[in-house]
Amino acid sequence: MSTQDSNPANDNKWIGQRTIRPDGADKVTGRAAYAADTTMPGMIWGKVLRSPHPHARIRSIDTSKAEKLPGVKAVVTAKDIVDFPLDKSVMLGIQDMRWMCRNVMAREKALFAGHPVAAVAATSEKIAAEACALIKVDYEILPFVIDVEEAMKPDAPILHDFIKFDGKPSNIAGRLEHKLGDVEAGFAKADVVVERSFRTKPVHQGYIEPHACLVSVTADGKATIWSSSQGQFMVRAMCAYLTGVPQNDIRAIPAEIGGGFGGKTIIYLEPLALMLAKKSGRPVKMVMTRTEVFHASGPTSGSYSKVKIGATKDGRIVAAQGTYCLQAGALPGSPIRGAAGCSFSPYDIPNVLSVGYDVVSNRSKVAAYRAPGAPIGAYAVECVMDEVAEALKMDPLQFRLKNAAKQGTKAAHGPVYPRIGFVETIEQAIAHPHYKAPVAKGKNGLLYGRGVASGFWFNAGGESSAQVNIAEDGTVVVITGHPDIGGSRASTANITAELLGIDYRKVSVLIGDTSVIGFSNLTGGSRVTYASAMVVTQSTERVIGQLKERAAKIWKIDPDAVVWENGEARPAGDNAGKFEPLTLAQLAAQASATGGPIGAGQQLNTTGAEGGFATHICDVEVDTGLGIVRVLRYTSFQDVGRAIHPSYVEGQMQGGVAQGIGWALSEEYIYDKNGKLDNPSFLDYRMPVSSDLPMLDSVIIEVPNPKHPQGVRGVGEVPLVPPLAAVSNAVYNALGRRFYSLPMSPPKVLAALSTAQAAE
Amino acid sequence: MAKLHVSTTINGEPQEFLCDADQSLLDVLRGPLGLTGSKEGCGSGDCGACTVTVNGRIVCSCLMLAAEAEGQQIGTIEGMAEGDHLHPLQQKFLEMAALQCGICTPGVLMAAKALLERNPDPTEHEVRFWLAGNLCRCTGYDKIIRAVMETAADMRGAAR
Repeated sequence: MSTQDSNPANDNKWIGQRTIRPDGADKVTGRAAYAADTTMPGMIWGKVLRSPHPHARIRSIDTSKAEKLPGVKAVVTAKDIVDFPLDKSVMLGIQDMRWMCRNVMAREKALFAGHPVAAVAATSEKIAAEACALIKVDYEILPFVIDVEEAMKPDAPILHDFIKFDGKPSNIAGRLEHKLGDVEAGFAKADVVVERSFRTKPVHQGYIEPHACLVSVTADGKATIWSSSQGQFMVRAMCAYLTGVPQNDIRAIPAEIGGGFGGKTIIYLEPLALMLAKKSGRPVKMVMTRTEVFHASGPTSGSYSKVKIGATKDGRIVAAQGTYCLQAGALPGSPIRGAAGCSFSPYDIPNVLSVGYDVVSNRSKVAAYRAPGAPIGAYAVECVMDEVAEALKMDPLQFRLKNAAKQGTKAAHGPVYPRIGFVETIEQAIAHPHYKAPVAKGKNGLLYGRGVASGFWFNAGGESSAQVNIAEDGTVVVITGHPDIGGSRASTANITAELLGIDYRKVSVLIGDTSVIGFSNLTGGSRVTYASAMVVTQSTERVIGQLKERAAKIWKIDPDAVVWENGEARPAGDNAGKFEPLTLAQLAAQASATGGPIGAGQQLNTTGAEGGFATHICDVEVDTGLGIVRVLRYTSFQDVGRAIHPSYVEGQMQGGVAQGIGWALSEEYIYDKNGKLDNPSFLDYRMPVSSDLPMLDSVIIEVPNPKHPQGVRGVGEVPLVPPLAAVSNAVYNALGRRFYSLPMSPPKVLAALSTAQAAE
Repeated sequence: MAKLHVSTTINGEPQEFLCDADQSLLDVLRGPLGLTGSKEGCGSGDCGACTVTVNGRIVCSCLMLAAEAEGQQIGTIEGMAEGDHLHPLQQKFLEMAALQCGICTPGVLMAAKALLERNPDPTEHEVRFWLAGNLCRCTGYDKIIRAVMETAADMRGAAR
């Protein structure tokens, strides 16, 4: 957990400090209210009836028996949700409402086992569940397809007649291509070419808090939604689109969010609860069970990828080609942009062809998952990088360093990089004691290996709003518009305190609901600290301008002759006159007499979030008797631009690594022969627990982003990009044989080892 | 079916409630008793977010029937701090940023407190295996393990 600071002048008092988060006391005492913790008088319970079939036409739905059950107050089906015709795309952010309306409630067809077909609200959860069982759905069962490669075959069952590829009905819903130079000519120059195929399984974001909401609708049609999401404005807009209620009549209140990792950037329950509340006239609460979370909320794609990299003898990559086929689930929208757009971006390669295919199949629609798509692409590319380095007899980090993108490099996905910090991540990895430490020698059936991998994520700006208000006693309240998923309130407090020159404990930070703060886009894409810092900075600077004006008014001098230093207004120099400094508290006390309330807001569509890079080192032990791979040591190096709160930056790095280790070693969606998910529980969907992991060392590298007031780049996504390959390369290093598919779970490792033995 | 009447002690206070025979302790805590600090992450005893103590032992309250609380001493996260005085573990979790979203935190704290009551000087290995029943998806456990071990060291120092 060392922190390297390459900022030349670091005399900050609060930025970069490990302050106590403003919401901390509530979260360690159980007081923090998450979505499922909210209740209302007269509240009733909603439950969803889900399709048992992976693919079936819905001929009819008979809800009459359910409606007659005592205690049932409302039933909704697709008829109650606004239909978006299939021939016209209606985009809301990156989501197409044609797919969203069909995802929250099946219309023509049930497209996956777990797809909602109806919802009931009743006076108790039990009655709601009984009523669901009384709903009769007449299904015409259709052939289904789960796997991405199967779904791309010409004779595969077709999910949607309206999707055409090359003029024919197809499950390929989209293709994306990034091209640079001429790959054929590039490969012709290569001395070494390695081409490999890779497969990954769908994995779930795994947030511990299931989706939940409480919705109340008044008789005049005004709705209040308490829900856990990565964006209350997203909840408001999507519910408005799907229910027909105007946005001003919906107040979306962000509950504390119990993890999202991208999975809560869309809605599932909210529009159903809203319609149930509207029909019943009662507040309706809906909470998913963990089984429902696994069945019906977004994992990320399973994938099939093919990657080819060519290099000359001196270690220069001359050409690279990648094809990434990603399962979208039931409706289009897999993260091919991240897979095809990030995988080669760490490197300076003259000739690149990177292609992504978005493929529908009969499982739940994918949702964003931390650097969506990028880990899948990086897994394939970084494993091939390892093989090319080995073929060239080069150290894998030196090989990466030789080809590393830097300022001025034209990235495969488009931009020419400004100042970036990728080289620094590799250099620090090479110099770190972890990389210099010897790898243990194998004995007694235990083998040891080390692997490295790098990764890239775009990072993101986007719309954000903030309001900074000075209270009469000189304390400060800041309101922003993005849910705090992992400590962003703490960063906001650090920045505001720094600029105002006051103690951070005098700053309260709140997350405003849709009716009290201006539009703010999702918490996601590593954008929140980046974007909110910009609007908070500009708001605070305006407040400081007001404070200087108030001091000038009191002193009867020109506002330009006042400076703000260490929480006080002072005359700019002797010429300005001799006055005792005025503190924030003194100015606040006189606000009424000097011009009224002091406060300012800012709303921006932020730009300039430059890319983030990381390099990881992983040591593993492979138990050849049990097939268990254990991570023994892990160190991540990441350029974050500027760490506003280092602890929460490290936390992001460590959390992403842990998720990546799970993806590499133990997590997977397993389907039975009937197309139903076979492991929808935390017992059978095996996420890392504390005894599975070592300490996860994180080295923060700060190469400030010149386009940001504090130098921030964004942190959260990149840490999940390298681990899949870092672990895979370590396992290869230990065993001398490579797995080309994930997870490297004990049964798979054992089977591979016994096949190898048989071959010997 | 008639409700069952249960007399129990929660966080040191006598408490009575009515419940269904098949209702979990977690349901009653979060519902009629309004103690929503215990969280439901899975309902199957796999995530530990609902961890409470029963006579000092940690239990997943989603797996215990509410009726079984009869005559027992139940401890929940709401009873961990004394007034406005945080338990050393709670304070250390804040100082060391051992939480991100916070949904697993009440369960982790309850489990960690029970560990330190039994073993004031646990090794990292012991902390990791003791907390293996508490899933955290945000932190990778690093800061949680460090915070528990530092708290243990502080408490040993204070006891000396």
